[in-house]
Amino acid sequence: MRILFKTSYNDDIRLFPDRWVLLVYGALLALAFVLPLLLDAFYIGEVTNVLIWAIAGLGLMLLTGQTGQVSLGHAAFLAIGCYSNTILIEMGLPFILAFPLAGVITGIVGAIIAIPALRLHGIYLAIATIALSVLADDIIVLLDPWTGGVSGKFPAMITIFGLQIERWTMPVRFYYLVLGVTVICTLFYRNLLRSPLGRAFAAVRDSEVSATAMGVHILRTKCKAFGLSCMITGWAGALMGYYAGAFNNETFSLVISITLLMMIVIGGLGSIHGAFFGAVVVAFLPQVLSILKGAVLGGGVAIPGLETGVFGMILILFILFEPMGLYGRWLKIRIWFELFPFARKDMFRRQKSYLKTERLR
Amino acid sequence: MSLLQIKDATLKFGGVVAVNNLSFSVNEGEVYAIVGPNGAGKSTVFNLISRFYQPHSGSFTFDGQDLLQRKADQVADLGIARTFQNIELFDHATVLQNLLVGRHRHRKTSLVEELFFTARVRREEIAHREAVEEVIDFLDLQPYRDKMIAGLPYGIRKVVELGRALASGPRLLLLDEPASGLSVEETQDMRWWIDDIRKQMGITVLMVEHDMGLVSSVCDQVLALADGAKLAEGTPAQVQADPAVLEAYLGAGAV
Repeated sequence: MRILFKTSYNDDIRLFPDRWVLLVYGALLALAFVLPLLLDAFYIGEVTNVLIWAIAGLGLMLLTGQTGQVSLGHAAFLAIGCYSNTILIEMGLPFILAFPLAGVITGIVGAIIAIPALRLHGIYLAIATIALSVLADDIIVLLDPWTGGVSGKFPAMITIFGLQIERWTMPVRFYYLVLGVTVICTLFYRNLLRSPLGRAFAAVRDSEVSATAMGVHILRTKCKAFGLSCMITGWAGALMGYYAGAFNNETFSLVISITLLMMIVIGGLGSIHGAFFGAVVVAFLPQVLSILKGAVLGGGVAIPGLETGVFGMILILFILFEPMGLYGRWLKIRIWFELFPFARKDMFRRQKSYLKTERLR
Repeated sequence: MSLLQIKDATLKFGGVVAVNNLSFSVNEGEVYAIVGPNGAGKSTVFNLISRFYQPHSGSFTFDGQDLLQRKADQVADLGIARTFQNIELFDHATVLQNLLVGRHRHRKTSLVEELFFTARVRREEIAHREAVEEVIDFLDLQPYRDKMIAGLPYGIRKVVELGRALASGPRLLLLDEPASGLSVEETQDMRWWIDDIRKQMGITVLMVEHDMGLVSSVCDQVLALADGAKLAEGTPAQVQADPAVLEAYLGAGAV
């Protein structure tokens, strides 16, 4: 069992608490770098897909897991990111400017939408954000001159300082681009967690009353959370556009929003790992299912709604048996090994919370 | 000089008069207690000071400034910190993170700086941790520093909440029943802490408390409330001997 011995405040703050953790994540990053040598183009494409979903998951995790606000409208922000990136490049901006800007635009739009929406709570907020997902479809059609409407758009070729990147012909280059964005987004997320704003997010999530008493402006904090969440989601949207190769009003549907939310619940709410674990499930489940189906029923047989049904069932099982998600399960297994043979069965049973002060709304 | 001054405060919930024409003032460096039977309006007074409720009439002055001009989230900036009757901690965060939220009003960095975690953010974080560490030392919370609130026993949570309020570096500390649900030993600790908070840190304390033993041992002034109105005010001994107070607690004819 490792024991953390802190001798300075920097030990609290640094990204990796000790050498061992640094080694593990360093190794993981190194593996990610050499992955194109180990896998063929098809699987590199799949891993890229996982990473893109993970970025989108990080975005929603910041809002739902960290700040406690549910959103079923994040497909709309994927769309805003995707379209604004493409439109900015068509206007002549280089990718290296257009891509970050697309995220910032999405973030600003998100923060503005958040001002009225975040006055709602819980299920009402969820319903209001569903409306966003539904509206996005119509708005894209209405804005035909810019968005190409129903016939859609093709993302322009990415050129970074003369280096061309294309998803189909150069999957490895595209993979490295996505990997870079993933690392940056994860860093942003970690930096937020260890600074005052990240703690304000958690404060708003756990008790708005005492957050207010400590001087946290609830609405402003929620708007920042929504804006930052949308910024990251916007980047994921832009990458999704490149990954798909073509997109129109139906690409970013309500189903994508729901899948995103399911993904972070299955992965484990409130943790960075959760976004990645969830992304692996979401990206690989269709493949695993089709392989299984092929093995059991032979090719050729189509079962409509199979994927959605299995997704739903997994979600229900997680909520019932492992509300902490895959990351929670992972932690439990790890602690079991760390404490072996002293782990007890009821170790993770949480004490029931005491009655909260009456809510002031 | 009085630090907090409340004049003719009235608050109604529909037909119920929760606080009725109440006036009192708390002097700098004092420990002031509000006592009274359940439903007397003690916590309501706290919520008025924290600006969670808007009074129908009356004036609230803190250190010469009009409290009613402030929103609930701006009260902390004045140097008023509070605890809650039923413990309102951030359950899915560690003790350290909870205390650091107490430092929220001292933050100086912007969103963009925090995204990139610049050197300034790091310096600020270390300064916040130094301030919080003093509170941890003071309240003997070292064993729980990195523990999640969700797994801590009630008595410790109570202390953490006091710590979070102290971490904000307040001038006035509002304690809503600091000893409720605590064992005899824990109440004794609380008593010493309140004493030290006043003497060492020079923080003025306003508290709501039912435990008369605690009240009479640490408080300079006591205000007895019943049905939202002032019943008696004075030293603990004076208030305990007041016939109106005895009647409110024990019923008419008991004296």
